[in-house]
Amino acid sequence: MLSTFLAVLRRDLLLAWRGRADVLVTLAFFVIVVCLFPFGVGAEPNQLRAIAPGVLWVAALLACLLSLHRLFAQDYADGTLEQLLLSREPAAVWVMAKVLAFWLSTGLPVIAVAPAMALLLDLEQGGLSVLVLSLTLGTPILTLLGAVGAALTLGLRGGGMLLALLVLPLFVPVLIFGAGAVEAEVSGSGALAHLLLLGGGLAGAVALAPWACAAALRISTE
Amino acid sequence: MLEAQDLACLKGDRLLFRDLAFRLQAGEMLRIAGPNGVGKTSLLRLVTGLALPEAGEVRWRGHCIRREREAFHGELLYLGHAPALNDLLSPLENLRFACAAGGDHVAEDDCVQALVRIGLENQLDLPARVLSQGQRRRVGLARLFLSARRPLWVLDEPFTALDVHAVADLAATLSAHCADGGCVMMTTHQDAPFARPPAVLDVGAFAC
Repeated sequence: MLSTFLAVLRRDLLLAWRGRADVLVTLAFFVIVVCLFPFGVGAEPNQLRAIAPGVLWVAALLACLLSLHRLFAQDYADGTLEQLLLSREPAAVWVMAKVLAFWLSTGLPVIAVAPAMALLLDLEQGGLSVLVLSLTLGTPILTLLGAVGAALTLGLRGGGMLLALLVLPLFVPVLIFGAGAVEAEVSGSGALAHLLLLGGGLAGAVALAPWACAAALRISTE
Repeated sequence: MLEAQDLACLKGDRLLFRDLAFRLQAGEMLRIAGPNGVGKTSLLRLVTGLALPEAGEVRWRGHCIRREREAFHGELLYLGHAPALNDLLSPLENLRFACAAGGDHVAEDDCVQALVRIGLENQLDLPARVLSQGQRRRVGLARLFLSARRPLWVLDEPFTALDVHAVADLAATLSAHCADGGCVMMTTHQDAPFARPPAVLDVGAFAC
């Protein structure tokens, strides 16, 4: 079971490395979306500081959504997905490996540049660590929920748009608690409650999403 | 070993075939015949469990394959129409991954030998996107050499895009697998020099 997990994880990370242009596109998208806000709402520092948590979280969420449709598309097109479904291991095992590799190659880079973008919006220094922590807990939930959506819309015409419609409503609670954590920390009321809720959400998503995703993949490939 | 009863296959809202039944014993080879679009690939997908039949069931060693999925898939090798190659990986990386993902522990040397044996010794480290159609097909087929432990081989058009030598080699490999007590089920429109002519199942006879 572990060997299948590691084989899929290693392969997907290798593929992400060989196709690193895609990773850079996600990262550039995140940076550009954040940079658009000062142009749109004006460069008044107090105003930017107030909207910074929400802006950073929405940008991270959209960056995550941008590449989600690629999660299974290539494997579906070239037949690898069929072979994985015929593996004797439960599908949730390799689905989890794929999701983890995907998060490492798209979520993690966004988390890494998020503090720099936060400084751009003049977010208070105290909020930076909570921002990173909330993104670290929150983006894996986005990826797991998105993976279920990606599996359901696999092979459909206009699947990318449908995927966005399907998963964006599900992202709302994560956004509320993620951005809320940073705001609570900055306003001095403490972010613990928000972070605990995000952690609980992550535990639930890790336990349930791979199975839902595996079931959806079986339906999509039939 | 493999047995199907009353199979019916629905594609979209069209019934492709119904009341299809066959039985495959150890050491037998079955060729699925029929014109294009009659449902040969669909039948193979039903047999592998990738798709569900509208009616009927497929049994492996007497058990319904849906109830014994893990045991059945541990004994099955399916090579579909798409060769399951990622263009960014080399043939060796692709083959190693295919084996590992399927749950087989295969040493790297064995993978190299399988690729050399199928005639890809000069392409081991090239990315798969520069390979020709026939060479891509061969990378997929190299798995046959590493899957002697899996008794049931289900192959979708294995001879497509292969040259005359490769066809003869593949036919010999399939015949040898059957001689060792395995079974092979495949679709093909091509004649190949098998040691024993395979039994033929004409899907067209069950078409609706």
